[in-house]
Parts: sequence; C-alpha cells; structure tokens
Amino acid sequence: MKAKGSVFKYGDNVDTDVIIPARYLNSSDPAELATHCMEDIDKDFVKKVQKGDIIVADKNFGCGSSREHAPIAIKAAGVSCVITETFARIFYRNAINIGLPIIECPEASRGIEAGDEVEIDFDSGVIKNLTKGTSFKGQPFPEFMQKIIQAEGLVNYINNK
Amino acid sequence: MGMTMTQKILAAHAGLESVTAGQLIEANLDLVLGNDITSPVAIKEMEKMKVDGVFHKDKIALVPDHFVPNKDIKSAEHCKCVREFARRNEITNYFEVGEMGIEHALLPEKGLTVAGDVIIGADSHTCTYGALGAFSTGVGSTDMAAGMATGKAWFKVPSAIRFNLVGKPQKWVSGKDVILHIIGMIGVDGALYKSMEFVGEGIQNLSMDDRFTIANMAIEAGGKNGIFPVDDLAKEYMKEHSTRSFTVYEADEDAVYDEEYTIDLSTLRSTIAFPHLPENTKTIDEIKEDIRIDQVVIGSCTNGRLDDLRIAAEVLKGRHVAKGMRCIVIPATQKIYMQAMEEGLLKTFIEAGAVVSTPTCGPCLGGYMGILAEGERCVSTTNRNFVGRMGHVNSEIYLASPAVAAASAVTGKISCPCQLD
Repeated sequence: MKAKGSVFKYGDNVDTDVIIPARYLNSSDPAELATHCMEDIDKDFVKKVQKGDIIVADKNFGCGSSREHAPIAIKAAGVSCVITETFARIFYRNAINIGLPIIECPEASRGIEAGDEVEIDFDSGVIKNLTKGTSFKGQPFPEFMQKIIQAEGLVNYINNK
Repeated sequence: MGMTMTQKILAAHAGLESVTAGQLIEANLDLVLGNDITSPVAIKEMEKMKVDGVFHKDKIALVPDHFVPNKDIKSAEHCKCVREFARRNEITNYFEVGEMGIEHALLPEKGLTVAGDVIIGADSHTCTYGALGAFSTGVGSTDMAAGMATGKAWFKVPSAIRFNLVGKPQKWVSGKDVILHIIGMIGVDGALYKSMEFVGEGIQNLSMDDRFTIANMAIEAGGKNGIFPVDDLAKEYMKEHSTRSFTVYEADEDAVYDEEYTIDLSTLRSTIAFPHLPENTKTIDEIKEDIRIDQVVIGSCTNGRLDDLRIAAEVLKGRHVAKGMRCIVIPATQKIYMQAMEEGLLKTFIEAGAVVSTPTCGPCLGGYMGILAEGERCVSTTNRNFVGRMGHVNSEIYLASPAVAAASAVTGKISCPCQLD
C-alpha cells in the first residue's frame, strides 16, 4: 500500500475543534463534514486539498474532544495519511478505527514543509520527501492495520473476518 | 513488579493476574456511554455489525446533553435517532429531557459509576469517574459501537504519573485551580497515553465535586485517565447514590511511575488558563493588566455541580453582574438544579443579573446558549479554550474556577473574590 500527495503543514496541538468545529456536529455525514475540515485553523484547506494529499504536523495532533467526526472529516476531504510527531490518544484510536492512515515519525514531521511532495510506503514505513530528496523511516503498518484501512474501518474489517 | 491502581483494575477486567505498561489487553466493560453527538455515529456503525443487539441493556447509558433541548432541526434528528435506538434496544439508562443532565455529572449522581469499574464513553471527559476510583476513559464512536455490541474493548495498559497532593487549599481555591495548576506544569500532552494517579493526605481536603473536576480534566493533559484512591468520602458518596457494590483497588507499594510530583495545595492560588490552550496558565497574582470580558459561563461537566454553584452564589450574593456583562449559569443536572433552587442559589443568581439555563453542554463546545462574537472574551468554568471553541475564531476563552468566574462577572474583568469590595 502506498500514498502520494502534496503536504499541508501544521504545528503543535492541532485540536479537534479546529479540525471540525462543533457548530457543524449537528451533522454526521462525512461529505458534509469534509466541507468544513480544518476550517478554524486553515480556511483555504478545503479549497486547495486534492485527493491523496497529506497532512503533516508536530506534536499532540487531534487533542481535545473524542469526536470521530475529526478523522472522518479529514478522510472524506481526500487526505491519504496524517504524519505527526505524536497523536492525542483518542484521535489515534479513532483514525485507525475508521481507516485513516496515520504515522508517528518526529523526523519526518521536522523534515517536511508545506507544499512538499511526499510518498509513503505503508509496508516498509518509508516516507520519501520527493521535493527535497530526503527519506525517513516510520513504523511499518502492521498487517491487521492495513487490513482495517483497506476495509475502510474496523466495523467492515470485523464483518469481513 | 507492582501495579498502579489503574493497572490493577484493568488486569481484573481482563481476567489476568497482572499486567504491565504497554501490554495490549481486552477488558470487560461495566458501562458504555454516549451522547447526542457521538451516539448517532456509533449507532450507524453498530447497525453495520452482524450482531443481534446490545450486549447488556443495563450497561449502556445514552445521554443527549450536548445540543439538548434540541437547538435545531439537525440536532433534533440526531436525538431522535438516539431515542429510537434506546427504545428498540430497551436501554434502561436513556435519559430524556426532563431527567437528563450533563453526562459526567449525571451518571455518578444516578449511581451508574462506582469504584473498580471499567467504563468507556464516546466523550473525552469520560475520565471524570476516576474521582470514584473507576477506570474510565474517552473513546470514539466506533469503539462505543463495538463496546455496545460486545461488552468489551481493547486497551494498551498505560504507565502512570503520580501526583502526591499535600496540605489544604486556601479559601476560594478549588479543584479547578488544582488541575489547571497541574496542566500548566506538565502541558497539554504532559500525560499523553498515561494515567494520572492522585494520592496523598491532601485529598481529604478535596470535596467529591473537587475530585470530579480534577479527574474530568485529565484529558486536557493528554491523560488516558485520572484516578483517585477510594476513601471514606468516596464510599459515602457511592452508598448515597448507588445500589451497586463496588470494589476498591489500591496501587501496590512497589508500583512503578514514570514521574512523580508533590503539590502543596496550601500554596496554590486561583489559576486561570489564557487562550488558546489549557496549559497557558497564570495565577491571579501574575495578571497585572486589566483583562476586560464580555461574558461569564458557570457550568459544564467540569464545574456545574452543587459545590460550584454554592461558591458562585457566595460571591454573587448581594452583588450585581457588571453593566454590559452577560453571566450564564448552567446547573449540570436536574437534581443539582433543584437543590440550587431549594438552597436559594438560583434566586441569588437571578437577583445578581445572571441567567440560569436548563442543563446542557451548550456553550462549552460552541453549541448554543452563549456563543461569542468576533473579538469577545469569556471567563468560563468549562474545560477547553481552543480557537473557536465557544464561537467566533477570533473570540477568547479564559478558563477559571467558579469563584474567579463569579468575581469576574461582578467586575467585568478577570478578578478573584479576594479583590472584591
């Protein structure tokens, strides 16, 4: 499994309120949530994001609320992977459960800038910054996690078993 | 190797003699919780699963509280989805408007959470029940769905940070100041993936409501859970509110902690978290400039309990909210509302020029009942001051105790009660 795309870069403590503000939580429709993704931290995100693009951020990404709507919005916006120094724990669980690929890799988070073209090989955990010609080694995705992602989430994965 | 209190509870619920930090386990659940925001997603996921229904109709709690009483048509549809699911599955603990309250104030009051439990909730502040010596943690909707279907959840066993509390807090210093002080000290990811275990003789000087507030905000330090030892006060609380039997777990003497801190409660001062992170704390003495505000909110799962309202009323008694200020008081449950009425607290609030709302999470997450306009500032007893949390992206939230919130309502700027008169 591979992902490739252009990078949106953010700092520390990107919280779930800026990923998907609560004023939109009267909906649980992924497509509708996606239209407000990152709205309170980056108004242009929704206009610019292309299918396959990658979010890179620093530490404690997804802190705050337990709303699964946050990884759902990111995934529905077309993002193929989120790479950070660290994730907040509920976001981490939720992302896996809904099948949004995520990688903790501090070196990559430091070595990638906004707009860089990045390619990720989930089998090996290798993250290539194609723009700068550098490469980082993240944790490879365990097989079960790849299966969850391929099944588009934990529930389908359990049903398929 | 010895186990922490959290590890002991998890081991017992996984049917294991012992567990160590980092180990992956599957634990039996005593309670699975959801609200009107997270349950509709969980219900949709659960209905995709090939299961016949919920694992136990008494061990699920559904509490529409965030946008309830329904703030708009879409919220009403969400609530209807939860209501119909509860009816279809004969869920015992579904709380309709009129009996509901803010989930984390309501469930202990209803006796549904006791010491030794393992509880998951699709709400990040589920960690509140650690005040009673339970392991409880926030999860997302898919985990809630799996929990409702199977009665089980997987966990990575957390390591822990130990907070040794000593001494007695001064007048006007409460649980909120303790937890804001701690978050200011260790940061919003200071306890990431870890348990926050509170111990020490200072705990006897903290009311149950103080402890609920402290455990509630463990998540604001990134913690997986916050937990208190079960002392006589906690036992009394559970006997008064619950018919369930409880199990007391104690950390082993040789339990290993990643870090240990000793906090002398007598030295703490009123503490305020500045925008836009709960770790941006200052004590009241460190604030030299006047910070003018537009609104005060006293309520939420963090500080909408009876003790909180009593403190706020003590400050507001015989005083008036500053001209041009809005002060919104939200008792967290119907029972708290009633007690506040019987004690005359509501009268005090209304005479002081505050409004009193029915229980709801409302403004805490920018839902309704007190949304901020561009450039406005609010002193709030809630738990998060992230960008846009209570309204416009260019509004500001200052997190504080009920004492500071009430005093600030009177002066129109960030103040503590000791600065009044």
